[in-house]
Amino acid sequence: MASIELRNIRKAFGAVEVIKGVDLEVRKGEFMVFVGPSGCGKSTLLRLISGLEDITSGEMLFDGKVVNALAPSKRGIAMVFQSYALYPHMTVYENMAFGLTLEKGHAKEEIQQRVERAADMLQIRQYLDRLPKQLSGGQRQRVAIGRAITRDPKVFLFDEPLSNLDAALRVATRIEIAKLHESMDHVTMIYVTHDQVEAMTLADRICVLRDGLVEQVGTPMELYENPNSVFVAGFIGSPKMNFISGDKAKAYNAETVGIRGEHITIVPDGGKWSGTVIHTENLGADSYVYLEMGTEEPVVVRLDGANDYKSGDTVHIAPMEDKIHRFDGAGKPIR
Amino acid sequence: MATDVMATPVAATGGKIKSELMQQRVRAARWFLLPMLIALAVVAGWPLLRSIYFSFTDASLNNIDGAEWIGFGNYFRVQQLASGAVRYRGLLVDADWWNAVWNTLRFAATSVFFEAVLGMVVALVLNAEFKGRGIVRAAILIPWAIPTIVSAKMWSWMLNDQFGILNDLGLRLGLLSQKVAWTATAETAMQAVLVVDIWKTTPFMALLILAGLQMVPKDIYEAAEIDGVHPIKQFFRITLPLVRPALMVAIIFRLLDALRIFDLIYVLTPNSSATKTMSVLARENLFDFDKFAYGSAMSTLLFLIIAILTIVYIWLGKVRFDGGDR
Repeated sequence: MASIELRNIRKAFGAVEVIKGVDLEVRKGEFMVFVGPSGCGKSTLLRLISGLEDITSGEMLFDGKVVNALAPSKRGIAMVFQSYALYPHMTVYENMAFGLTLEKGHAKEEIQQRVERAADMLQIRQYLDRLPKQLSGGQRQRVAIGRAITRDPKVFLFDEPLSNLDAALRVATRIEIAKLHESMDHVTMIYVTHDQVEAMTLADRICVLRDGLVEQVGTPMELYENPNSVFVAGFIGSPKMNFISGDKAKAYNAETVGIRGEHITIVPDGGKWSGTVIHTENLGADSYVYLEMGTEEPVVVRLDGANDYKSGDTVHIAPMEDKIHRFDGAGKPIR
Repeated sequence: MATDVMATPVAATGGKIKSELMQQRVRAARWFLLPMLIALAVVAGWPLLRSIYFSFTDASLNNIDGAEWIGFGNYFRVQQLASGAVRYRGLLVDADWWNAVWNTLRFAATSVFFEAVLGMVVALVLNAEFKGRGIVRAAILIPWAIPTIVSAKMWSWMLNDQFGILNDLGLRLGLLSQKVAWTATAETAMQAVLVVDIWKTTPFMALLILAGLQMVPKDIYEAAEIDGVHPIKQFFRITLPLVRPALMVAIIFRLLDALRIFDLIYVLTPNSSATKTMSVLARENLFDFDKFAYGSAMSTLLFLIIAILTIVYIWLGKVRFDGGDR
């Protein structure tokens, strides 16, 4: 169990500053997700926590102790890499046991027990004597997770672990990682992803990063309901929040108003706004209607069940007034 | 890789069903192979067969066409002297030949060993990221790029007992008490040849190993970092097993080269029995001593020895030429 504290952490590669002063606290046993667009510094931040990269300035504390100069292996961490990073010449068993066999003070039986326990948790016991190249992508990812479990870490680090898997496997593995967190509730987990669905479904708290700075930290529902900026509002939630500026926003005394697709209803007539249907997507359980109404991007309306609107139809829509987010010129919310 | 492309159609011929595409590929492969096979037959196959044939004849330089078949006489024959004493003759009981075999094997084993070790060190250095790496990589190739005759002559001047810079340096620094004839003294001749050969071919080895090193993904070193694997253990447990395929292929190239070493020794230590190798001895017999058939027998045995050593090496080392087991 470990709490992690970052105090004004900065990281520069040469003249390029990637992390520009991050303050953050990750609580004991928490599942924290770093999310943000590519290039926002989320993976770099994870690598700083792991110790694989040196911190340029600032302080990193594990359980109140500064670990800035501590080697990765001494931080009590385990890491799951995007590319799995399995040792290609070792069997699954050897991959999982390698770290322990090099540490002093582990009997052979103990190592075997720990490897087998982890293998059982991930249902990879039948693959223990195979080489990584004989496994599928999903199985390799399990081995990588198993290797991390075997180390019995205080902090679990995931660097976009699902991005190399296909869609179905991604959902299945996501659920397994959530279960893993439940079964290892004493372990602090930090998870990096660019996929806001993964962030929403896995996280106790989400840290949204943008250009090397923390944009907002909070529980998934906090971010969904009370985004701290236009950026967070647009990043969290699917489909993306609709942003409307100009006269329609001025009516609300705001530079920009945001409304999620699920908070708009289509009304027969007399709605607040109207637009032309340019595209519809039927997903079965729900469906999306894309409207052209003079905004930068088309406005998306989410409907339950299927719909039969056609391109060219004019529809009237009414936003739920209490779900409208108002933002000022700087993109900050007006509350 | 080219080997894969060629291997696929061959493997497919074992099956019963051959698609049109497969047949087309096999046909194309044959056409592409044909020019190379013809060239090999003309420049390698025919001379090799001629040499083997001459080794069973009494051919001499001025009577090559009139050579007559004498069987294994060049290799081994029993001679009854007029006095009644029995003498064994032929290549297989020739002390000079076995001295040359021993010299060649000693030279090949020592030079390839040091080249592999030093080449690995150089490759590891070149694989690290540092400023000016491109220039250093190019610079390190220079010894390999110089023609052997030129570098051998250059070294023979540097090693010269009267005017050589090495003797001069050694005396000035107090390392030597008197000038040493490095290439002419039996004790130091082999060392001198080895030093020059290692200097010359380490870059080649380093480059082949470097190619193997660059195939090793960087992230597994990060995983090892988190596993707490000591850098020396990382080398022996991760790097070495993963570059092994490249290293084995590099060693076999060098071994083949070293076993037929000729030019360096011919220039650096001419006519020294301490360094005379199979190739040097064969050439001497073929052209200098006008024992054309005897020299051919030596060439044939040289071919056999290299072939056997190579096969044993590939078999014992489980060498694979398709780029390893990843």
